[in-house]
Amino acid sequence: MQDVWKTYPNGVMAVNGISIYIKKGEFVYVVGPSGAGKSTFIKMMYREEKPTRGEITIDGKDLSKIKEKNIPYLRRNIGVVFQDFKLLPNLTVFENVAFAMEVIEESKENIRKRVMEVLDVVRLKNKARFLPHELSGGEQQRVAIARAVVNKPAVLIADEPTGNLDPETSWEIMHIIEEINESGTTVVMATHNRDIVDNMRKRLIAIEGGRISRDEIRGTYGYEI
Amino acid sequence: MKSRTFGRHIKEGSKNLIRNGWMTFASISAVTVTLFVVGAFLLLIMNINHFASSLEDDVEIRVFVDLTAEAEDQEELEDSLGDFNEVESVEYVPKEEGLEAFIDSLGDEGDYFESLRDENPLNDVFVVRAEDPQETEIIAHEIEELDYVEGVEYGRDIFDQLFSATDFVRIVGAGLIVGLVFTAIFLIANTIKLTILARKTEIQIMKLVGATNSFIRWPFFIEGLLLGTLGAVVPISVLTFGYVRFYEAIGESTGLEFFEFLPVYPLTIQTSLLLLGIGAIVGVWGSIMSVRKFLKV
Repeated sequence: MQDVWKTYPNGVMAVNGISIYIKKGEFVYVVGPSGAGKSTFIKMMYREEKPTRGEITIDGKDLSKIKEKNIPYLRRNIGVVFQDFKLLPNLTVFENVAFAMEVIEESKENIRKRVMEVLDVVRLKNKARFLPHELSGGEQQRVAIARAVVNKPAVLIADEPTGNLDPETSWEIMHIIEEINESGTTVVMATHNRDIVDNMRKRLIAIEGGRISRDEIRGTYGYEI
Repeated sequence: MKSRTFGRHIKEGSKNLIRNGWMTFASISAVTVTLFVVGAFLLLIMNINHFASSLEDDVEIRVFVDLTAEAEDQEELEDSLGDFNEVESVEYVPKEEGLEAFIDSLGDEGDYFESLRDENPLNDVFVVRAEDPQETEIIAHEIEELDYVEGVEYGRDIFDQLFSATDFVRIVGAGLIVGLVFTAIFLIANTIKLTILARKTEIQIMKLVGATNSFIRWPFFIEGLLLGTLGAVVPISVLTFGYVRFYEAIGESTGLEFFEFLPVYPLTIQTSLLLLGIGAIVGVWGSIMSVRKFLKV
């Protein structure tokens, strides 16, 4: 990521010149107070927002130059997990995960095999037929993670994945994400969870006022909120 | 696109129809009314056109030969008529024959004119047909200039009236149809907008996991297509059935030899296909209109 700027049309300058380099297979926390540009930073990584200036390169592809019609292919290489899970309420756990493979036109057989594999990773194999509302929050987030990684993306982006969960469940989620990271997927995770950041030490990038205020190899949360 | 995917799109599209219940019904009704009017005007205009062209075939110039003309003069005239490039045929009708036809055409009334046989007041006539009916007027004027021509007659007035009548019907019909088509497109666009709103999260997720725009668009196209074609079903059946009955009842016996209605086949097939096509276009157009805006994520 090279000297990235983002100014919204309404004049808000959310990101003002961020340059970072994240290695393949790295695990990075992105922390910072609300409104510091964390979300914008995350959104630019999966090209929901386009930087006003500068370039973002993932896996050799420059996101700011990518054509509109090629965005879908970029996103297949990036898994995204949100605070509010974003599961489809009418589909079962299996269908929700399979959905991500259906839209890229995988064969039924591949879908079945791979979905069960991923559900095994998030330990939900026995709940494949459940509907999202029959699951706990932690389980729902695990489904969302399964969906994010089912297409074997190079990067997993998590926007406050534990934001809606209690501490114990949060740790469950973190262990799964760590496991995914250990299998070679780069993880970028925005979070407010001090407990997790301090106890599962990883590279930490703090954003304040649209700029990087700290970048530590095994950083701690460090804010007093 | 893989056929499996296409199957999925069709399934999704049909599901949307059911999900939107009342709006689906409203859109289909709008298409139905539109296509019904379109179809009725189509049948009317096609028949008027048919009528006009059969009348065009009937357009002939009657050249009245001067009473003083001798036999040689007549022959000369006939030759010079035949020399016109634009003339298709020249037919000689001697005055006796002309009177005969006149008396016959009057039926019983014709008896009053029997006495005229001795003192025939009619002229010998050349019936001239132009190759192109539109040229009739020009040719008639040229013939008028020839020697031994007492006068010419051709059915210009009827012709003009007929064309202004058909033009009127066409303009009114076209105006009505355009208005209705836009109403139908608007309603379909709205129905599909409802679907899209109801499935906003789904679309968002699809985009996030890397679905291409066309993949997202297809179910909505299919929904629009179904709305349009389903709307065509009722007008097609009603109009076809109606025309068949109408044709059976009076079609063949208008009493006017030059005015026949078009036969049921292939007219109804043509109209039906056209209506189906219009329905499909209206439906797809409506869906394109509403989907376009939503895919800019």
